[in-house]
Amino acid sequence: MALRKPPLREVHADRGAKFTEFGGWDMPVEFDSIRAEHEAVRGAAGVFDVSHMGEIAVVGPDATALTQRLTTNDVTRLDPGESQYSALTREDGVMLDDTVVYRLPADRPAGVIGGERSVGAPGGSDAGGASDAPADDAYLFVPNAGHDEGTHERWVAHRDEWDLDAEVRNVTDDWAMFAIQGPDAPGLVDAAADGDVLGLDRFAASFLDVAGVECWVARTGYTGEDGFELLCPWGDAETVWAAFADDCQPCGLGARDTLRIEEGFLLSGQDFHPDEEPHTPYEADIGFVVALDTEFVGRDALADQDAAGVDERFVGLELLDRGVPRHGYDVTDHDGHVVGSVTSGTMSPSLDKPIALGYLPTDLTDPGTHVSVVVRGQDKRAKVVQPPFN
Amino acid sequence: MSFDVPDDNRYRESHEWVSTEPPHRVGITEFAQDELGDVVFVELPDVGDTVAAGEEFGVVESIKAVSDLYAPVSGEVTAVNDDLFDAPELVNDDPFGDGWMLEVEPSDDGFDALLSPEEYRDQTA
Repeated sequence: MALRKPPLREVHADRGAKFTEFGGWDMPVEFDSIRAEHEAVRGAAGVFDVSHMGEIAVVGPDATALTQRLTTNDVTRLDPGESQYSALTREDGVMLDDTVVYRLPADRPAGVIGGERSVGAPGGSDAGGASDAPADDAYLFVPNAGHDEGTHERWVAHRDEWDLDAEVRNVTDDWAMFAIQGPDAPGLVDAAADGDVLGLDRFAASFLDVAGVECWVARTGYTGEDGFELLCPWGDAETVWAAFADDCQPCGLGARDTLRIEEGFLLSGQDFHPDEEPHTPYEADIGFVVALDTEFVGRDALADQDAAGVDERFVGLELLDRGVPRHGYDVTDHDGHVVGSVTSGTMSPSLDKPIALGYLPTDLTDPGTHVSVVVRGQDKRAKVVQPPFN
Repeated sequence: MSFDVPDDNRYRESHEWVSTEPPHRVGITEFAQDELGDVVFVELPDVGDTVAAGEEFGVVESIKAVSDLYAPVSGEVTAVNDDLFDAPELVNDDPFGDGWMLEVEPSDDGFDALLSPEEYRDQTA
């Protein structure tokens, strides 16, 4: 299958980026060096092309009901222009993906979800159109790379099964996505944008012009630093990218990975996967995204697990011996028994220490507990830490 | 982009080099370190160990990849670059100089089986 290409694939190649396949996309993994890019984000700012992230738009009279029943968090807590981290679970509570759900404002630009339906117009295509009807609720959420098609199908199938009235569109190929992250990111985005960038709180978002292009500007990210994620029309990607790429370090997926591992942030498909690494949000230590007082697919299984407690939990490991922990390496207890495995690991550029993430039995999850990571047949001593690593 | 390929070495297709004059040092090429990116860890044999041409003698790890190291010639390890354990980035900064890995006393004349600088340049061009 041909790899999907971000809109600026050739612009990045001309800049000297190295590429990797990720989630079916041909993405820049490194522009200069992972370490240099990582340090730029921690110390100043970096700009990432994350156009491999999916975008699904849900709009209509039942958009809220549909999204509420397919995500674990409580979307009714969102006012327009707010967003929340959330998870998608099966009936058994196992995570399919994690995502950020944005509630779009009523005065969003026409056609923003890719269709002709002008927003703010009378809601419901078959309602007979009272002109004073309230604008339909609308959401945009961001599945991980390669999850957009399956997630779109899931929404459509459940909409039809539950007989709900909402338009669901996979608009992944309509939107480029850039992340500007780091302590200098707010100033950079503020300088490039018209409107109140600095007034956006964490997880708030607004349509603002950036370099003359109307973008969805969200104060979200995946690095642990302050910063923004911008969604801009695919065809305007180069204009928006150019507004940042000269003023801060372009960064690839390599630095995105080391930055998120230092924070203990999950990577969908690697730190959890419905078949290869099946875990619930509680096991993955993101119970804060589970709103048990709402009805959603997987809610009952998660209520049971919440009551019973988890048998294993996602933790950080800091290696005390030299070596680099990698995905799939065994974790053993002091008797040499395999008790878990590394789901993500790296040499932390910020700490210059080997760090890892993975699931351990709950009786081994207290910070300071000693275990070992098996690197090429050798036990490397490690201790449990609660991320973020510092 | 063209990479440095010094004339006083021989090369393996797997991107290790060995110097043709004693002491016969072994390392990885500039091309190899660029492909790997930031080197963060090396695992090397001890002085007195023997290495065999074409066999693994160690591991180099960058942030993004793990790569086995293959001996360009057979022989006994007479020195190991201990500096790399605390400063593995020397492999990136100076792959043919301070980033050397081993010194080997060859047990036979296996140099002719290796790539000449011209041949290695062609391979990585």
